[in-house]
Amino acid sequence: MKLTGAQALIKSLEMEGTEVMFGLPGGAILPVYDPLIESSIRHILVRHEQGAGHMAEGYAHATGRPGVAMVTSGPAATNIVTPLCDAYLDSVPLVVITGQVPLKSIGTDAFQECDTVGITMPVTKHNWLVTDPQDIPRIVREAFHVAMTGRPGPVLVDVPKDVANQIMDWEWPDSVDLPGYKPNVKGHPKQIKDAARLMGEAKRPVIYAGGGMLKARAAEALRELAELTGIPVVTTLMARGVFPDRHELALGMPGMHGNYTAITALQRADLLIALGSRFDDRVTGKVDAFAPDAKIIHVDIDPAELGKVRRPDVPIVGDCRNVIERLVKVVETDRAKREWPDLTPWMAQVRGWQRDFPLQYEQLEDGPLKPQFCIEAICDHTPADTIVAAGVGQHQMWTSQHWRFDHPYTFVNSGGLGTMGFSIPAAIGAKVGRPERMVWSIDGDGCFQMTAQELVTASSERIPIKVGILNNAYLGMVRQWQELFYEERYSEVYLSPDLPDYVKWAEAMGCVGFRVDSPDEVVPTIEKANEIDDRPVVIDFRTDYREKVYPMVPAGASNDDVILGPEIGEGGR
Amino acid sequence: MNGQHHILSVLVENKFGVLSRVAGLFARRGYNIFSLAVSPTEDDRYSRMTILVDGESAPIEQVTKQLNKLIPVIKISELAAEDAVERELMLVTIKAGQDARSQATELAAIFEAKILDVGYEAMTLMVAGQPDKLDAMTDLLQPFGIVELQRTGRIALPKLSRQPSKLRVVAPRSA
Repeated sequence: MKLTGAQALIKSLEMEGTEVMFGLPGGAILPVYDPLIESSIRHILVRHEQGAGHMAEGYAHATGRPGVAMVTSGPAATNIVTPLCDAYLDSVPLVVITGQVPLKSIGTDAFQECDTVGITMPVTKHNWLVTDPQDIPRIVREAFHVAMTGRPGPVLVDVPKDVANQIMDWEWPDSVDLPGYKPNVKGHPKQIKDAARLMGEAKRPVIYAGGGMLKARAAEALRELAELTGIPVVTTLMARGVFPDRHELALGMPGMHGNYTAITALQRADLLIALGSRFDDRVTGKVDAFAPDAKIIHVDIDPAELGKVRRPDVPIVGDCRNVIERLVKVVETDRAKREWPDLTPWMAQVRGWQRDFPLQYEQLEDGPLKPQFCIEAICDHTPADTIVAAGVGQHQMWTSQHWRFDHPYTFVNSGGLGTMGFSIPAAIGAKVGRPERMVWSIDGDGCFQMTAQELVTASSERIPIKVGILNNAYLGMVRQWQELFYEERYSEVYLSPDLPDYVKWAEAMGCVGFRVDSPDEVVPTIEKANEIDDRPVVIDFRTDYREKVYPMVPAGASNDDVILGPEIGEGGR
Repeated sequence: MNGQHHILSVLVENKFGVLSRVAGLFARRGYNIFSLAVSPTEDDRYSRMTILVDGESAPIEQVTKQLNKLIPVIKISELAAEDAVERELMLVTIKAGQDARSQATELAAIFEAKILDVGYEAMTLMVAGQPDKLDAMTDLLQPFGIVELQRTGRIALPKLSRQPSKLRVVAPRSA
């Protein structure tokens, strides 16, 4: 069968099971947009290429399937660099197709030419420049394979316009042949045995679950391991939801803005079972002072993570689910043979911290609206499997702290790169992937202004997400640091609560807009929003700008030095 | 060369852009390359890069693990200096007019260097050998006056065992 390169590209995407793609056409990618008209693939026309990338990420987070985005060359390619980098740091499987100037024009500074492959090399797992239309099926197949296997990540395929127009003989490869790419999914049996032995000796063990657990679809296996051993579990920002918060062994989020118990349990532990986590600086604080007495079992599919920050006593390269399922069997045998230490004293200590140092804030009936109160109200008045997407900053930390995550794949956020403006497009992508679920975006006013135009996309494509803007009129997290560490010298952080008018802006974009000023309006407005299912809804929550995220471990400090925050009723709380 | 340098022999796919991927990885992760030599191998699908890494800039284990993540990287062998045969090639042009020419020729003979070119005022020598031999020759050529000097960076292969063993040939691709 003779096809053009463009037809072959669309057909290859179909062969890979692509149902939806997010994109925006332009000169160099024009040939590929033509066969899209006849394709079964739903295309969502974005308003900015960054939106396409984040939507594809949200789709991937929520579904576990690769997110696909297609944009043109030059500025479109550079606009999608941010989502690529975001996906690279959070290991999100993304397949991005970019148009490129014709082969013979490459290197001549042609119109809308940029070195896309060169620019995106450091932020993709791999990328390809197609030079022959005959290679398209193979490259697309390889691209999906690389994006989805091993440690997932973003890939990019750059397609010159003339290659898309040339004729090729269609043939779909029946296998992938990448001699330099063989991810190891099965952990070494001896290492798994060693892990079980260490676990059977530990008196103060903690499971430190990271985002890799969600990628490995290991929630069930984790629960089995935790319940079998009685070992408590902390879930990092990227792992929220992989272990139910309502579970008695759940300790919540550790790290810079983690809760006191999660932070301190890691600090006092004699064994960390790190599963798909990478000892990120936001979790460890000062590395030398992190969990000083703990031995480390580290399971990760990426061998480069083992020993990158902290040398493990038992390193296990493998897929988390595969390794945990086998670990559970070894542990069962081991526990039948010998007595494991009683964890009651350790759990008593943990319960003491939970009792003495809970997360706290105070919402006065007639006082200013507290952001935490809004988040808890949304959480309490939506179905348990609601997907929540956050941007980056204070609202993100409060969402991670105060939302109750009982299901995996319900929290979509930008952890590694910390990309402001992530929330709106990511929520749209999540809703496209999971139309049966309710999807809320909890956003900050600063973040909202970066990508709000994608609500036009959501309105026109009938993607009914809900957006709660926690509008404190500031770049709140920066303000918090300036208040705490720069002697309250506020430099360029004020945004104004009224400019823009968020309700009018929402309405102009085809959404329903509400404004909430006082605590008693919060729940009724959320309920109104939940009833609207034919268009997006935006709620402008006017929240207290003085509220800060606590607990906090200052940058570079030891996790022993947690700042709990002022007592309730003091210092503007 | 001192012990902080590691020799990595990296077998990569012979495709455009691979050098850039490897060099880019070193640059963005802050690993220092001391020298780098790239050439095709006996199998034209692959090239071999011999990279001398400054072991002070990063633990060599991280360097190899990160390198291994690059899709076109097929295989990495770390060669300890005592387990490898290393060679390097140097071209050097020195000032050598009529008076100095015979002395230079004598020195060239000692180092088994080849005279590639002779002019009125200068001559160009080529010498191959272990890097310290090249260093020594460079020192001895200084008094003549070095006009230009270029070294290839070292290439290395593992020393062969004196015991009979199975040598693994890079598997030819089936398809």
